Order: sequence, then structure tokens, then C-alpha cells
Amino acid sequence: MINPVLDIDRIIEDRRTRIIVCCGSGGVGKTTTAAAIGLRAAERGRQVCVLTVDPARRLAQSMGLSSLDNTPRLVDGIDDAAGGSLHAMMLDMKRTFDEVVEAHADPARAAQILANPFYQSLSSSFAGTQEYMAMEKLGQLRRSNEWDLIVVDTPPSRSALDFLDAPERLGRFLDGRLIKLLTAPVKAGRPFGRVLNAGFSVMTGALTKLLGAQVLRDAQTFITAFDTMFGGFRERADATYKLLQAPGTSFLVVATPEPDALREASYFVERLDEERMPLAGLILNRVHAAGVSELSAARSIAAAETLETMIPNGSAATAPPAHVPVAAAGLTAAALRLHAERMNLGLRERRVAGSFMSAHPAVPVIEIPALPEDVHDLAGLQRIGGCFGHTD
Amino acid sequence: MARDTDWDGVRLHVVTGKGGTGKTTVAAALALALAHAGRRVLLIETEGRQGIARLFDRPPLPYEERKIAIAPGEAQDGRDTGGDVYALAIDPEGALLDYLQMFYGMRSAGVALNRLGMVDFATTIAPGLSDVLVTGKATEATRRRQPGTRTGFAYDAVVLDAPPTGRIGRFLNVSAEVSGLAKVGPVRAHADSVANVIKSPQTAVHFVCTLEEMPVQETLDGIAEIRGVPGMQVGGIVINMARPAMLSREELKDQPDLAAMAAALGAAGLYDAESLAASLADELSEHARHVELADRERSELEAAGPPIYELPLIAEGIDLAALHKLAAELREQGAA
Repeated sequence: MINPVLDIDRIIEDRRTRIIVCCGSGGVGKTTTAAAIGLRAAERGRQVCVLTVDPARRLAQSMGLSSLDNTPRLVDGIDDAAGGSLHAMMLDMKRTFDEVVEAHADPARAAQILANPFYQSLSSSFAGTQEYMAMEKLGQLRRSNEWDLIVVDTPPSRSALDFLDAPERLGRFLDGRLIKLLTAPVKAGRPFGRVLNAGFSVMTGALTKLLGAQVLRDAQTFITAFDTMFGGFRERADATYKLLQAPGTSFLVVATPEPDALREASYFVERLDEERMPLAGLILNRVHAAGVSELSAARSIAAAETLETMIPNGSAATAPPAHVPVAAAGLTAAALRLHAERMNLGLRERRVAGSFMSAHPAVPVIEIPALPEDVHDLAGLQRIGGCFGHTD
Repeated sequence: MARDTDWDGVRLHVVTGKGGTGKTTVAAALALALAHAGRRVLLIETEGRQGIARLFDRPPLPYEERKIAIAPGEAQDGRDTGGDVYALAIDPEGALLDYLQMFYGMRSAGVALNRLGMVDFATTIAPGLSDVLVTGKATEATRRRQPGTRTGFAYDAVVLDAPPTGRIGRFLNVSAEVSGLAKVGPVRAHADSVANVIKSPQTAVHFVCTLEEMPVQETLDGIAEIRGVPGMQVGGIVINMARPAMLSREELKDQPDLAAMAAALGAAGLYDAESLAASLADELSEHARHVELADRERSELEAAGPPIYELPLIAEGIDLAALHKLAAELREQGAA
């Protein structure tokens, strides 16, 4: 491997590191990795909060919590000899959105917004809301100063890039020309469409056909009520964005040695660079390393074939030498074939990872071996954390 | 005559699975498997990843149905001439334009809507809308008539590479999704006609899964969710990336005799037989552990009830040849 080795321990031991963001495509073990990093840091004396968006029950259970909610909960049973602590929470995007509304609007207006059907679908299902609220929560946790390290995993978006784009997208949406056009007639108290040009009324006509008039009216009411909050929303999103660019933040891209996962990782690495976000490195998760690497797949298969000719199977077979039991020949042949399969898988992973690394030779990389079992408890998270160490 | 398969009456195959389990690969293999004896199959991608184009080694697919593969005929059957796989990548914008054109002849208004960000807006006001549009396109292709074809339908089967398991219930349950949106009106009517196809014996939802805890758990949750919706049909479970069983469970149980293994390795002409034997034995015991866990997960899937198909791990990676191999496996196991 030509790439430098990613030393996660150094990052979590560095007190200047205040935020670690784990990103990557779905199914690569982001959430577990974030939890393992949080635990490792806590056991090295940091006051840690892990913010996850993944409702995986098993992960909550592995930290001894029956479930995760929108409030940081203390994780018991960690090694606190170094004076650290670990809290964990799961983002509830609707709750977080509600809190933002309540904090920014007077009670009457807040109640009006919260009851609006358009707001309810926006806050629970808009494609960017989860990402936006993850950023909002991250900003809140950071500002509270209760933790000296926050580890966050990014939402399981269609694309890993959504995390960076969503706040902008939601901001643009709420702030957009379209919304202005839609709200104008309501504010002016004129019937819908009178002040608009013909082209626009064709479009609102199409929208009404699609959605029904009630939905449009809800949207207009919401936007009018929400209007005064737009500025605040944008400012907060901008502030969190800057926080991510600040020196105390480290981005860790998580991927498995699979083409799709590494393609996403590649996009992410390039994108972070464009946005001047501080990338710490790539965690290559679930690597199948072959044990007896000096024995190649080809030689392994050749040896297995030799042994298989020694196993009597009805047709002509060479008897094995006297000191080799037939059963052992069969078992060994199977073990050699298994080994060859592992080697092939390992080679393929190396090839796939190699193309990432040659495209990004400066990105530090650490490999985490595939574990036979999922993580069930703190010990499992500690085992993963054990791979983060200094390699010397 | 085509032989009976497990899903003979099914014309819309919805394929879901947890991220990383190879959902798109299995959907593509299933489409190839279904395309035999002159059949025409449409493979639809919904997630905008262009995974299908990559699998078939093609440039990115437009919002347009185009032929991407010819499935091979089967030599033992003189009449089996192979079939065609078409592919379509659906995005909500394209689906919305299509919808406006199809129902109102309003394509130009749609284009303007799109330019203004109205599609974003519409799908925001009505989050279920983009799902309805996507499933609507899939069901439209399923029902589309074409004179002169064997069955009178444009496609003999449609395979939908659907969103991941965690989202599949909501994605398919379109009537519920738009119920808050419009009690009456065109979208509602559209959703109901989509539901008529999805909640019928014509449609089956297949689950792709690997023999690991989280994917299995998500699969079981997904199956329960689909079963909870009246009319929806759970299809098969496709266990993907299964490791071959080279040793019986009995053989894996015993501690290997290191000396005998070393002797065998020596007899096979390998040097350093003792240390080789030791590390191979380690690999064996790791394999045994893996098999044990996989067996436990498999029995959980078996208890769930749907037919199970098993596709091997292809260590070299998926290319066109591998896709055909997986398709042949699905055919042999009766999935298509």
C-alpha cells in the first residue's frame, strides 16, 4: 500500500479534534464505526457524544441502551479509568425541527406552524430534512460545550453527497423564487393567480391538478407563517457548514472493499476537497485478509487437485502415501480450496481498493478486518477500536 | 413448452434488499433469467445510481426504454430462442413529465415546472408523490398492451430494482402514501390504479439478503411489513453471495489433525507443511464459525416461509459472464 496509514488513535487523542464525521454509502458499517470511535475516545479520556441517525436497535443494545432517542444518554460499563465518558443519541428529525421552530417563533406562530399539514410532511419526509437536522443537531451539541468530542454518522442517503447538499437544497427550497411567487398572492390578499403571468398560472394549474387545491393553500399558509424564520435557518445552516470546515473537524470516509462503496468514497473524497472540508482518511471496513498469503490461489488449487486424485472415489485413483490418511487428504484438499477462495476474494478486494488508492495516493487509509459476527456489546465495539491503533 | 416456475403468474417482480447485499445485481440476473423463449423483460432502476448500466457495461441509461441484453437460448429446447432485456432508469422528474403528458398532454408545462424547481416542490409538499410516479411508471409498463406480441403485452415481465428494504413498505403502499395528500383527484386516482397492480397476484416482492445478522433481520422485518398490507404478495428470498459448502457440518465440527494435514500437504508437494497446516487449520475453524452463523441465519429465513434461492459469491466480481451465471442459477432453482 502506497498510501499513508490512517492513525485514528492519534486523531481521537488530539484534544483539538472536536468533531468527527463518519460518512460513506449505506451498508458499509458507518454507524458501528462511529460508535467504536466514540467508545475508544471515551476510554482514552474524552467526553464523547455519539450522534447517530441510524435507528439500528442492535447498536443501541450493544451500548446497553434499550433504545436511542433525541437526547444524549449516558452509556454505562465503559472503562472510565482515564476520566472519559460516553453519551449516545439518535436524531429524531421531526422533534429537532419542532424545537427549532419553537425556539425561533413566538408561541402562537409556532403552534400555527407545527399544526400545518405542509410543515408536517416537510419535517417528517422531505428528502433533505434529515440531513439538515443532523447538521442542526450537530451545531447544537457543539455549541452546548458539554462534550469535547462529537462523533456523528451521516444519514443513509441515496448518495453520500446528499449530506453536504441537503442543507443548501432545503435552504434554497424555502428561500426560492417559487415560494416567493406562491406566497405573493396570499400576502397581498389577492385571489390566487391574478397578479401572475399566464405561464405561471398554467403551472399552478398543473400543480393543483397534481396535488389538489388544499395542499397548495396549506403550503402558502405555512410559508407565510414561516417567512420570518428563513433568515435564521440560513444563518444556522451556514454556521454549521463553517464548523465542518474548521480545524477541529475530521471527516472519516467509511467504505467496504466493494466497487460501489469505493466509488461513493471517491466522490466524497473529491467533494470534501472541493468544499475545503478536512478529510482525515479512509476506513476500509470488512477486509478479508487471507492468512497464509505466501500460498497463492493457483498453487493452493493445484495442491488440492493433487490430493483429490488420491481420494478413492470409485474411478481410478492414486492411493495416497501410507502416512497420509484418506480423510486427512480430503479435509486438506477442502481447506486448500477454501484458502484459494479467500485468496481470490482478498486479491479482488486489493484490486478494488488499489484503484481507489492510486486515484487518491495522499489519502491515509486504515483497514479493519471483517469480523465473523455483528457487534452485540461494548466488547465488540472495543474489538473494532483495537484496530484503530498505531501500527508500529 | 416453458416449464413451470415458482412465479408463473407474476408479471411485476419487485426486488428489494438491504444496502450492500447486491440488490441491483440480483434484479439484473432475474431479468436475464426471465428473458427466455423469446420473452421481453423490462428492468427498471429507481435510485439514480446507474448501477444497471455499469453491470451491463453500457453508458449511462437515459429515461427511455432501450435494449441492453439478449438472453441466450437453451440448446436442449429447439424453440427456445432466447429473449430480450430492456432497461429504463426512472427519475422523479422524468416520471412527472411523463405523467403530465400521459394524463393531460401537458409536457411543456411540465418542463417549465421542472425548470422552476417545481418538481422538487411538488415532491416536497407530497413526499409520496415521487414514489407514486415511479411505481406508476413501473405498473404502466407492466400493463402496457402491444398488439402482435405473444401475450398481447409489451413486456412479459417487469423487474423493478426498488429502494432498500427499510423503505420498501412505504414505497409500495402508494395509496396510504398519498392519502394525506389528496382525498380525491387525479393523483389519488392514479395511486389507486397503481395499487390495483401492486396489490394483485401479478406482483411479487422479492428480498435479497446475505447470511448476516442485520440483513436477515431487515429482511424478516420487510417480509412482515409486506404481509401486513392486504393484497401484497411476498415473493422469494434470494440469499446472495453465499459461500460454497466444501465440507460437511460433521467434518467442520472436529478439530483437524495437524500432523495428518501436514503429511497431506507434504504429499501434495507443498513446502513448510507444518506451519501451512497450522494456518489452514485456523482458516478452517474460522470457516466453521462462519458456516455455523450462516446456518443460524438461514434457518431464521426458512422459518419465515417464502421460497429461498441461493446465489454463490463470485469472488472475482460481477461482470456480464457472472450475471449470466447467476441468471442460470435462478432458472435452475425455479425462480424464473
